[in-house]
Amino acid sequence: MRAEVVLEVRNITKSFPGVVANDNVSLTLHRGEVLALLGENGAGKSTLMNIIYGLYHPDSGEIIVKGEKVQLGSPREAIEHGIGMVHQHFMLVPVMSVVENVMLGIESTQGPFLDKRAAAEQIRQISEQYGLKVDPYAIVEDLPVGVRQRVEIIKTLYREADILILDEPTAVLTPQEVEELFEIIEALTAQGKSVIFISHKLKEVLRIADRITVLRRGKVVGTVRPEETDEQQLAEMMVGRSVLLRVEKPPREPGMPVLEVDDLWVRDETGHMAVRGVSFRLYAGEILGIAGVQGNGQTELVKALSGLKHAEKGHIRIAGQPVTNLAPRAFYELGLGHVPEDRQHDGLILSLPIKDNIILNTYYKQPYSENMVLKHDVIAETAKRLVEEFDVRTPGIDTRAGALSGGNQQKVIIAREFSRPIRLLYAVQPTRGLDVGSIEYIHRRLVEKRNEGAAVLLVSTELEEILALSDRVAVMYEGQIMDILPVDEATIERLGLLMAGVRDATRTAQTTN
Amino acid sequence: MADAKIANGAPPTRWQRFAQAITIPLLAVVLAMLVGAIIIVIAGANPLGGYTAMFRGALGTARGLVRTFEKATPLIFSGLAVAFAFKAGLFNIGAQGQLILGAIAAAYVGFAFEGLPPFVHLPLALAAGMLAGAIWGAIPGALKTFTGAHEVITTIMLNFVAINLTDYLANGPWKDRSPGNIVARTPAILPSAELPSIGVVPLGLLIAIGMAVLAWWVLANTTFGYEIRAVGLNPAAARYAGMSVGRTVIASMAISGLLAGLGGAVETLGIVGRYQPGFNTGLGFDGITIALLAQTSPLGVVPAALLFGVMRAGANQMQLYGVDAEIIGIVQGTMLLFVSAPIIIRKLFRLRAPEGGEEVVLSTGWGSSG
Repeated sequence: MRAEVVLEVRNITKSFPGVVANDNVSLTLHRGEVLALLGENGAGKSTLMNIIYGLYHPDSGEIIVKGEKVQLGSPREAIEHGIGMVHQHFMLVPVMSVVENVMLGIESTQGPFLDKRAAAEQIRQISEQYGLKVDPYAIVEDLPVGVRQRVEIIKTLYREADILILDEPTAVLTPQEVEELFEIIEALTAQGKSVIFISHKLKEVLRIADRITVLRRGKVVGTVRPEETDEQQLAEMMVGRSVLLRVEKPPREPGMPVLEVDDLWVRDETGHMAVRGVSFRLYAGEILGIAGVQGNGQTELVKALSGLKHAEKGHIRIAGQPVTNLAPRAFYELGLGHVPEDRQHDGLILSLPIKDNIILNTYYKQPYSENMVLKHDVIAETAKRLVEEFDVRTPGIDTRAGALSGGNQQKVIIAREFSRPIRLLYAVQPTRGLDVGSIEYIHRRLVEKRNEGAAVLLVSTELEEILALSDRVAVMYEGQIMDILPVDEATIERLGLLMAGVRDATRTAQTTN
Repeated sequence: MADAKIANGAPPTRWQRFAQAITIPLLAVVLAMLVGAIIIVIAGANPLGGYTAMFRGALGTARGLVRTFEKATPLIFSGLAVAFAFKAGLFNIGAQGQLILGAIAAAYVGFAFEGLPPFVHLPLALAAGMLAGAIWGAIPGALKTFTGAHEVITTIMLNFVAINLTDYLANGPWKDRSPGNIVARTPAILPSAELPSIGVVPLGLLIAIGMAVLAWWVLANTTFGYEIRAVGLNPAAARYAGMSVGRTVIASMAISGLLAGLGGAVETLGIVGRYQPGFNTGLGFDGITIALLAQTSPLGVVPAALLFGVMRAGANQMQLYGVDAEIIGIVQGTMLLFVSAPIIIRKLFRLRAPEGGEEVVLSTGWGSSG
């Protein structure tokens, strides 16, 4: 006995200038089911969801909600049909309270006044019913990301949605928060809600979905059940070819220390000491992974190590040269490459074309300019060559960086940083939000750099990534490095304890003896 | 059939981009004149006749043409000043203050330095105007860099300081003490500092067009221009890339002020002949509308300013025809409305938002420009 079909999408086609984003896509969603929509970036997942949510209008095809064929002209109409969406980037007003955010647009009133109490009461009920713990009167900007996401979910439930679309909901969450989200999803579906879970993370999809529909280049490749498939097969469906989930790397041949950090102290934006006495050496030909839960000083550490943030105390040397508190360009001149954490905000100028992004930190040098005059022909040639060499999928070098998919944006940054002579590389969350194909590619490139003798500092909150790539693993907790382990001694359990601030008990015992 | 996936997602060509860029301003001008026409009708006059009189007055005779060029010249400078700052992501509301300081500095050098040959005196006076404007522009740039003060606020405030400073100078130490003069003004500049005309074309207009070309060229082809564009579009990424955002902000504000100051100098040396408070009213502020109408393109500033010149020069003829000259103000204000809210025009004409190319960001929020 199958549960009732609550949503059916039939033969949806949607093209944008130059690309068919959805090509004859069909899917069905049953009551109480989690349907995962899996696909690489640019596969058409978001387009499809935006069609279902009334933001885009399909060129052809139909949408049937609870047996009724509907025309969804706007999100408002989608909401009226019980469809709610939690966007990847939250749509909350940070300075408002949870109640105010939830009420926004459908305020309950008493006479001319807002009736916050009634709304808060309703939020409490929703919270209890689905295990969505949140204080209705908390101010949104004070809440951790995971809780903000709950507020978004409550928003859709408050609008009486029974079909919830979650767009890449785990991209911003810590592992613990992901687990909590999954519990919420289970509570939702147990009570008859249906969830479309958009993701490109194979493990998560296998863990939470009842069925998995895979999209590739705008088309449905197939729909599978988690129990009859595995990561390898899903990855191949997504990418369309066989995929290496592991990176091969030869044993490390450590060379000279490239980066030397001694007793470094750095404040964060609020003046709080975020890095507290960090010291380490990074050698040529190795990848040093920095693991840790987000927000334990990794961001500030890397910023200080690249001249973007003032070091209160301590010393930094690159290739023996003191660089503490010099301008970022001094670091680059000494051979630093930087793949920043927030690629769209810090790594690229999205409204400039690829060719202008390629020269973002070399524009003032030969051969890209001479006597302060840019050499457009050389720049264009270089950009063309790099786009080819680094496999950036783009119509051309005049395309705006913002028009590229996340993976291709990252490839532009990698192309820029790797194509100049570097001896030191910082890669911060280099694969966050990327699809399998791009992750595989970027991992391979990082290992290549290491094999060429560069010293690589890899900062990631994904332990799997750290373990797959690093030669040594440092764990940061509350601004300090808890320990640095060779990768073969770094088990998940041991790292987990260090990440939680617990020093290795046996080790401490040995050193005190 | 199915394989034509990533067909021609090619970015728009140069001509497509150009067509895209001028669509909104052109429609804004047409719509604003239509709105003006409706108001003329309501006021009981004939819009067609009024506009005809305006264009005939501005373009129909040699004298009209001279007036149009003279009116347009300072507007090109102030429009360039605002547009240049826009490229660095800065909203320079202070072109007015920079312009009048440039005007009075040029006037001072023009009347005070006697016995210089024209080829020394004139450039010196122009340079004084540029320097005064550049300093006045650099101050808000430095304030932004070192204290985080928003340039919109500081440039507005500095306008008041500039107005009062020039009033004081023109009424005090630099006042025209010739017998019979009772108004606040500087002495007339010496003939050796006068900016001549070549036929109907004032030399100042040629300088203005030259500066527009130069500004465009610098932005498009130099490393400095590239830094300005990068900082204007994404200061965070510019910083990550090793650029000095603060230096770029100060330098672009200084250049913006320099352009406005040069406009004031040209006005003083070419038209007014001295500094007199009230003679430059609105030139700097019209620069904002002109820069927006030009979509912040330095080259676009020239036709936009010429259009404003036509309206200013033809206003008298329109008035004589029986249409109030205030209509010009309404038309210009409506233009500003349409270019700064292009979505109105897109909705009216069902245009699609452009997908390629640099976007023109006309306003950044208070918090977002960090």
